[in-house]
Amino acid sequence: MIEIDRITKIYDGETAVDDVSMTVETGTITVIVGTSGSGKTTLLRMINRLEEPTSGEVRINGESTLSVKPHILRRRIGYAIQGHGLFPHHSVARNIAAVPDLLNWPRDKIRARVDELLTLFSMEPAQFRDRFPSELSGGQQQRVGVARALASRPDLLLMDEPFGALDPIIRTRAQEDLRRIQQKLRSTIMLVTHDMEEAMRLGDRVAVMDGGRLVQHGTPAEIITRPATDFVANMVGDVERPLRLLSLIPVTEVMEEGAAEGAALTTRASLRDALSACLWTRRVEVPVERDGVRVGRVTLDAILARVGSHA
Amino acid sequence: MSFGKVLRPALVALLLALVLRPTWFIPLFRPLAPVGGPVIYERASLLSLSLSHLGLVAAASGAATVVAVTLAILVTRPTGAAFRPLSRTITNVGQTFPPVAVLALAVPALGFGAGPTLVALFLYGLLPIFENAIIGLSTLPPATMEAARGIGLNRWQRLVRVELPLALPVTLTGIRLSVVIALGTATIGSTVAARTLGEVIIAGLLTNNTAFVLQGGLIVGLFAVLIYDALVQLERHLARRMGRA
Repeated sequence: MIEIDRITKIYDGETAVDDVSMTVETGTITVIVGTSGSGKTTLLRMINRLEEPTSGEVRINGESTLSVKPHILRRRIGYAIQGHGLFPHHSVARNIAAVPDLLNWPRDKIRARVDELLTLFSMEPAQFRDRFPSELSGGQQQRVGVARALASRPDLLLMDEPFGALDPIIRTRAQEDLRRIQQKLRSTIMLVTHDMEEAMRLGDRVAVMDGGRLVQHGTPAEIITRPATDFVANMVGDVERPLRLLSLIPVTEVMEEGAAEGAALTTRASLRDALSACLWTRRVEVPVERDGVRVGRVTLDAILARVGSHA
Repeated sequence: MSFGKVLRPALVALLLALVLRPTWFIPLFRPLAPVGGPVIYERASLLSLSLSHLGLVAAASGAATVVAVTLAILVTRPTGAAFRPLSRTITNVGQTFPPVAVLALAVPALGFGAGPTLVALFLYGLLPIFENAIIGLSTLPPATMEAARGIGLNRWQRLVRVELPLALPVTLTGIRLSVVIALGTATIGSTVAARTLGEVIIAGLLTNNTAFVLQGGLIVGLFAVLIYDALVQLERHLARRMGRA
């Protein structure tokens, strides 16, 4: 558990982060979202003490981050940033091994860990281990950056706009990868972004920052249905609210018995996918299948009813 | 056909022949030597003069590299930034002082021999290395430096594992300039009795023997061209690996 306790940062009289408190449960993703200048990056950088708080403190599993030297603390906290920041003169394997190496892990353990992570990120170890960052695509570089941050199994992974430099298609894939890997490793992640779409897609909890203050901290559904301030409502985007909400609800929630015509959706699809399928192919009901077997259908009426219940 | 494929091995072969088998060139140099005079320099072996010449250059450039890079590291730290103008002035003075003047001034203090030449080459070599090391150390990719700090490298580890290796290609350019200047400048060291290939050139000038001048000049020139080329290749290799090329 990560506890941020009344943390404040003042630069030359300007308050960048103003008395922020929040608790992050172990094994969850918390996305901090805000416009530029909202203090979200400063907040993140105070957790691994790249910035020292003016007042307040952060506790990781009950232990204050002020109780160890900053560089020792940072070895226990993964850190991934926009533009990956890989070491261009080190191979992929050495980049990923950077923190285990600092922690003096035995060689064979490091090697096994590097291969494990490359495999986890769908990069064939034999093919990628000895390459240099400049020989990788943008998406691959970014994956190696996240693998490096995860290498020593840190208590916490901090990510500062990790997908900001990727094009939209690769970004979506990187987000899916992160979700999958987080669920597999049960890691605790705090991620900063300015993109509400990304926040909704990744966050178990979303924290919205505005002018250095934490204005709302809740589940994505709460942020969408009960925005605490006009600023939050604006960030969510009034027009897109119903679609954002639908994208959070799996089809299985309103699925009913019965058959329907046309192409089927999988049980992993969201209601947004279902609505989209209805609109695009002029249907009022869409079949749902699990492992290739049709298990039910979702009707347009059910989707409308589900949204309506939040109005 | 590129330079590397044909010309490089040819120049290496020519250099080796000039240094190791000077007698092969007697027919070629005969017309340039005074009638009845010696065609090939024989007072000392060209090999031992070459080795001594290269040794002087290596020692002076090595010392200049250590001092210049250390200075560059100090003035690129936040605490040393104030000394940047001062250290720049010092290395600039080293560059503006003509090596001949340094030789003349150093002889009374250090006596004849290799000493004054080492001092002159060292002072002359500082500036290019210092300037390039500063450029290398102050233009590091910001995301990489941020990540290096963020994953828990301390100051020393950041310097040794990240900053110096990344600044190496640019620093190497400075070292290359220094070494090439030193290779040429070392010849005048022979005026104060340092054992360099300048000895051959000076002997030729004193006795009006163009064959000697040409021999000494050719060997020094070939060393300079080949060492320059080797260092360029090394820089390219490093830069390519780092994706900066």
